Amino acid sequence: MRRRLKLAEKRRAAVELALKQLGKIICEQIENREFPWIMLQSRSTDNIVYDPELRQYVLGDRVIRRHSRNIRHIRPFTQLIWTAWFARELLKLRKTSTLREVYYSARGLRDIEFKSQDESDEIITDLETALNMPRESFNIYPEERSAIFGDLTIEYTVPGYEGKRLNLTEHPDGMMIGPALSTAEIVETSADKVLVIEKGAMFTRLIEEKAHKRFNAILIHTAGQAPRATRTLIKRLNEEHGLPVYLFTDGDPWGMHIAMVIISGSANAAHLRGLATPDAKWIGVWATDIIRYKLPTENLTDKDVKRLKELKRDPRYQGELWQREIDTFLEIGQKAELEAFSRYGLTYIVDRYLPDKLEEAGA
Amino acid sequence: MSETIYKSISPSDFFYRNREIAGFSNPSRAMYSAIRELVENSLDACEIRGVPPDIYIRIREISETGSGTSIYALRVEDNGTGVPPEHIPRCFGQVLYGSKYILKQSRGTFGLGGTITILYGQITTHKPVRVTSSTGGDIHEYEMMIDIVHNKPIILSHRVRANRAGWRGTAVELYLEGDYSRSMYRIYEYLKQTAMVNPYAEITFIDPRGRLYRFERVTEEMPPPPRAVKPHPQGADVETYRRLIAITGEKTMKGFMTRHFQGVGPATAEKFLQEAGIDPGKNPKSLSPEELVKLVRAAREFNGFQRPDPSCLSPIGEHLLEMGIRKELGLTDDDFLKVVQRRPSTYLGYPFIVEAAIAYGKTIERRLGRGIKIYRFANRIPLLFDESSGVVWKVVHKIINWGTYKVSPDSPMVVVVHVCSTKIPYKTVGKEYMADQPEVEREITNALRSIARHLRLYISRRIRLAKERRRLSIFEKYLPKIAEFSAKLCDREKPPDIKPLLKAVSLEVSEAESPLREVPELEEEA
Repeated sequence: MRRRLKLAEKRRAAVELALKQLGKIICEQIENREFPWIMLQSRSTDNIVYDPELRQYVLGDRVIRRHSRNIRHIRPFTQLIWTAWFARELLKLRKTSTLREVYYSARGLRDIEFKSQDESDEIITDLETALNMPRESFNIYPEERSAIFGDLTIEYTVPGYEGKRLNLTEHPDGMMIGPALSTAEIVETSADKVLVIEKGAMFTRLIEEKAHKRFNAILIHTAGQAPRATRTLIKRLNEEHGLPVYLFTDGDPWGMHIAMVIISGSANAAHLRGLATPDAKWIGVWATDIIRYKLPTENLTDKDVKRLKELKRDPRYQGELWQREIDTFLEIGQKAELEAFSRYGLTYIVDRYLPDKLEEAGA
Repeated sequence: MSETIYKSISPSDFFYRNREIAGFSNPSRAMYSAIRELVENSLDACEIRGVPPDIYIRIREISETGSGTSIYALRVEDNGTGVPPEHIPRCFGQVLYGSKYILKQSRGTFGLGGTITILYGQITTHKPVRVTSSTGGDIHEYEMMIDIVHNKPIILSHRVRANRAGWRGTAVELYLEGDYSRSMYRIYEYLKQTAMVNPYAEITFIDPRGRLYRFERVTEEMPPPPRAVKPHPQGADVETYRRLIAITGEKTMKGFMTRHFQGVGPATAEKFLQEAGIDPGKNPKSLSPEELVKLVRAAREFNGFQRPDPSCLSPIGEHLLEMGIRKELGLTDDDFLKVVQRRPSTYLGYPFIVEAAIAYGKTIERRLGRGIKIYRFANRIPLLFDESSGVVWKVVHKIINWGTYKVSPDSPMVVVVHVCSTKIPYKTVGKEYMADQPEVEREITNALRSIARHLRLYISRRIRLAKERRRLSIFEKYLPKIAEFSAKLCDREKPPDIKPLLKAVSLEVSEAESPLREVPELEEEA
């Protein structure tokens, strides 16, 4: 237990050091009569490239200089330094903050105040890029919360809970993946796979049907696009604990993409590593499943079709499976939600569909 | 068969019938013209004496006569030469009598302005004029009226007083019907603009409402007085030639030309007369009328004369004009003001000099509003009427493309143009605006363009300066925060010193502020 705590403490200290280093560099630049500046990788779209080796989007080689000598840069530069200071305070006080709270914390601070949350989010992303660390490492979290359920024991590292352990089957609604859970150490699990579900209703159904026992799986609910903390957790379960990951989403381009972002990362977070789980597998709902299981469907909208055509050209979708499914969607012009399985009764999905799909996927 | 009756009328009678020509067409215009005529006579009198003018003007309302019109008492007093007592009655009581029939620049031209004002006062109020004057000795005070039909003064009283205080000058007091409320603005404008081109004059004005206006003297320095010069052969008309022939003692045409005209030596005279087809040895008095006309016409076309002598002109001078404009517009060092005096030039044998100035800046915006304002002067007289018909308007609004100089139509700018000449190219008898004589137009255009080039630099510097200032204020705002939070970020107690950085930025501001005088002189435009 002490070792684990120490590990969390070490991680926290590393982040603090990076922030402190940033402050030191700026102070020294000013003392050298130099207008302070920092280098960061450019996040403009032409500098975001897909790295087939890493199997995720990464930033290219182009760097930009954020220079306080530049009249257009000085305001965001100042905000960046403030945000770094704010993050350090969070770490010092062992508090967390949401993105929205960061925006509100600067309210009333002259010359720093953000015009909108978009602006503060952007500055936080700058800080991530500059330090090469995700915002979660300096205790800033998004609003969205997803959930986890299954036989997994964790040990908290947050103040007041240090060393306290919890088994994630304790609460039948699942446990929220918040800052405390994200920073917790994984102690042990009896599960041999992770099943990631896009929608809350299906997640609840699977718990009710004891899917975690039947498939010996940890269940994770993403609530739409998976938050970064959730993606990090998925990756850790996969890489550190060797659990294969299976992704179960709606049968439409948007569901496909939720799966893909977990597998290959998003363009928005191309400046960060450690979010993608390249070995995760999308097991459904496929377009071919719609035909095979005769699922109730809806027609594809124009937007769906447009999105499918975009995805077909996307470098992440060049695999055989993806191309085949995109083509099939376009061919049948239909899509199906996870809920469509209710047509065959409430237990069909755990009795028939999932065992089939998992088996096909090699689980 | 009807019989035509021929009879001559006196100049007074002529004016009585045509008073609109001299600017006395209605009570409001008359009020303005009366002040203007008397003030100009006073300024001329002071300049002849060579002392900085002290002009005192007072208008009192005596009685109302109609809707807006009243009888006013107008008094104008100066410290000029004074009029010798024996000339006073005829100077002020006879039209076309005066000292201005020589060829040099002066404000009035006919010597009738003062008398016409008196005449107008007499016509409208039937009251005598009182003229008090001294040339340094006793003070003579005349009360008199004008006999309009015979163009003769009628003296009502003549008093002589001892001059204990050593006063010198002239005071004219007369009654006239006028309309002050309608002419108030123009009178003020006239006095202000007069003060602008006469910065060495002290002008005091008490209006009928008892308000005191003072236009203060800012310098004792006066422009050199104009010299009287002989006429230029090209600028003289048939009548001038005829009069000179009548008085000449020369026995040959060659001698006549060299003696009575400027810039004509024996060789030039010979060459010219040959070209004109007139025997240089011919006696001028034997010239036939046809030969005379031929001579004048040939003179206009002859290229061999020297340019007219500009020493008869009295420009204000760049320095004085600058002082006057600065004073009357209340300009600060922050405003732009540039004055240029062009080299003398000629049109139709008349010498002229153009002086021009442009003022630009915040003070003008505050005091006069935005837009281009024009102040026109001819022989140091402000021209207040028919602005849009005159040559200056044409140059400012039609010829010069201000965009080239970063000036927009709503820029706070004042354009001043002064033309001095022995003959101002007035377009009408009213003498309120100058015609677009090509040579004059070109000189005005070139003068304003040369200033505008300086103005462009000033404006771009302003823009740069404003930008630099804005930049500095941004740095002043953010750098302390950067210092504060970066220090906190690395647990330092004191934030790093940002003063050197701010200093570097403000240095750029002062760089942008400095070099106004280093404007490169550019090539003339043809």
